[in-house]
Amino acid sequence: MTATPAPTPSLPHRIAVQLWRHKRWRLALLLGLPSLWLVGVYGGSLVSLLVQSFFRLDSFAGTVDRTPTLATWRDLFTSANMSVAARTIAMATTVTLVSIAVAFPLAYFMAFRASRRSKTLLVLAVLIPLWSSYLVRVYSWKLLLAADGTINWFVDRLGLGAALDALLAAPVVGGPSLSVSYLGQFVVFVYIWLPYMVLPIQASLERVPRTYLEASADLGARPGTTFRSVVWPLAIPGVAAGSIFTFSLTLGDYIIPTVIGDSSPFVGLAIYSYQGVAGNLPLAAAFAFVPIAVMALYLTAARRLGAFEAL
Amino acid sequence: MRGRHAAWLMATAVLIAACGGDDDGGAAGAIEDLGDNEDKVVIVAWPGYIERGETDPAYDWVTQFEADSGCTVEVKTAGTSDEMVALMTGSDEFDLVTASGDASLRLIAGGTVQPVNTELVPSWDSVDERLQNAPWHTVDGVHYGVPYQWGANVLAYNTEVFGDTPPDSWSVVFEQTTLPDGQTNEGRVQAYDGPIYVADAALYLKSAQPDLGIEDPYQLTEDQYKAALELLRTQRTLVGRYWHDAFIQMADFTTEGVAASSSWPFQINVLQAEGAPIASTVPKEGATGWADTTMMHANAPHPNCAYAWLEWSIDPKVQGDLASWFGSVPAVPDACDGNDLLGAAGCTTNGFDNFDRILFWKTPTDDCNGTAAAGSCVPYYRWVTDYLAVIGGR
Repeated sequence: MTATPAPTPSLPHRIAVQLWRHKRWRLALLLGLPSLWLVGVYGGSLVSLLVQSFFRLDSFAGTVDRTPTLATWRDLFTSANMSVAARTIAMATTVTLVSIAVAFPLAYFMAFRASRRSKTLLVLAVLIPLWSSYLVRVYSWKLLLAADGTINWFVDRLGLGAALDALLAAPVVGGPSLSVSYLGQFVVFVYIWLPYMVLPIQASLERVPRTYLEASADLGARPGTTFRSVVWPLAIPGVAAGSIFTFSLTLGDYIIPTVIGDSSPFVGLAIYSYQGVAGNLPLAAAFAFVPIAVMALYLTAARRLGAFEAL
Repeated sequence: MRGRHAAWLMATAVLIAACGGDDDGGAAGAIEDLGDNEDKVVIVAWPGYIERGETDPAYDWVTQFEADSGCTVEVKTAGTSDEMVALMTGSDEFDLVTASGDASLRLIAGGTVQPVNTELVPSWDSVDERLQNAPWHTVDGVHYGVPYQWGANVLAYNTEVFGDTPPDSWSVVFEQTTLPDGQTNEGRVQAYDGPIYVADAALYLKSAQPDLGIEDPYQLTEDQYKAALELLRTQRTLVGRYWHDAFIQMADFTTEGVAASSSWPFQINVLQAEGAPIASTVPKEGATGWADTTMMHANAPHPNCAYAWLEWSIDPKVQGDLASWFGSVPAVPDACDGNDLLGAAGCTTNGFDNFDRILFWKTPTDDCNGTAAAGSCVPYYRWVTDYLAVIGGR
């Protein structure tokens, strides 16, 4: 009787054994792809952007001169560019604050008051706009806000035409029509980014234990006091998380300012035209660091408020 | 920590070095003889310039070319002249580009395109004589491309606002004034949002303020340039929205009550077809315009198919269909007759007779397009930054 050789373990089996023995291999396999993405693709493109910003545009040939220089960064800090940044930051801040004001009551109602059924319907209502294309929504707002558009028609029917005209005559926010004013632009920004504010606030409010509210009431706090000292502090992480979305999305958007508003450039638009129209890649790259710097400051502040615990 | 930083710096330095290796391929001479066609031709073109019937089956000038020549046509569209230049300089995979005058000279100067041997383009003599030796594609008597189409940036206006007195000057979009319907033009005019529009302001100033001494709106001295920017700042207070998307402008004409604006025949044709009360004119100051040339990459990978396309591109039927589609004027006068899509009056409508009143786009350079010492004129990159600032209210 000849001894049968021990069956050779199959390849998958051997790999599994090796992985079980070597913890590091396991880890490398799990994190390899994501870290390649983060460090290689994401970090790499940021580094190349930074590198580009130290080149400059040769004014004669219109080509990029690849000798390291700080000239491009000097060009960035002109008053025109800084006013673009200021306009964008002001809009992003206003949009964020108003989004909080609009989203909070809705999220509060969804979390504390709504029945299970109506809560589902409300979540659906908040999410449904996200199912259609962003561009379609922006363009339809252009038609709604136009001088001969739907909103103006209603306003006229209601006899409020004079009030709207007075509003549009206001300095800064006004303009020839709603669709050609900061006011209209602001309305569209709030509309487009609102879902990103409602959902994190609702999530954070859902996690407020109902017993806290009862305890607060038992201790004699009025509803207002309960809100101020119990609900709001616990909701802050959600508000901060939502504001990261609305703030950064407004900061980087370059579609809405081209379709709605008076064509005043925003950061995204300025980067786009420096890169595309002017072929001034170095300046576009340097400009791209403005929103990055603003967001870095913002995220540091948001982290202090505990925003990342609610994501 | 220091060590790690050093490693990053090293990596960055390597990256810079890797990016720096540009080969400077000089312009070669024109091709003498043609061989067999390759399998394809790759063209950088304006949107709508190369149609294969996918948008509207009636507009197709690619399918037959592919069947006749055996060359598959691949198109890469570009939205601005600068994008075209970037695509052509950054790659060797393209054969042809439909370059406007504000790109063509840059491509020639950079050695990105090669001379075209007009003897290998049998229909060359059918090209409009006004275009055959045009300075935006002919340098020192050498042709660097085949004219494709041209057109004007016309003054579009609302006929209900202007009634019996159509505007005859660009002043309606530059100066605060009362329009024939009794209301101010504030918030009711538009301007193009491309930096090349500075030339439109200069063109207006050329006749409005003759003592500035503007000769060519694309060659502005520092003082002339300042005056143009000043005019554009005034215009900023009148303009509700600047346009750059033809379709948004059409919507603004119909729903925002825009009374007058610079525009392209394309928008006018579409709006008139929809029955909107819009008409256009070339005012007394003249107008800026564009003339596009099909140019060939210095290292074109498919030169034979490229020459086949160059010949095909000036076929009267192709030219007429394209002119009808794009609202432009054919580079071949024969195309104006007997084209069903263009119609009998098509060429006249699109501006065939306005040639002499149009100042075609070219890139402003700091040596005034080679006519003066460096530093005499304001170069294009400053137009870009300053115009962006003007739109931003600075």
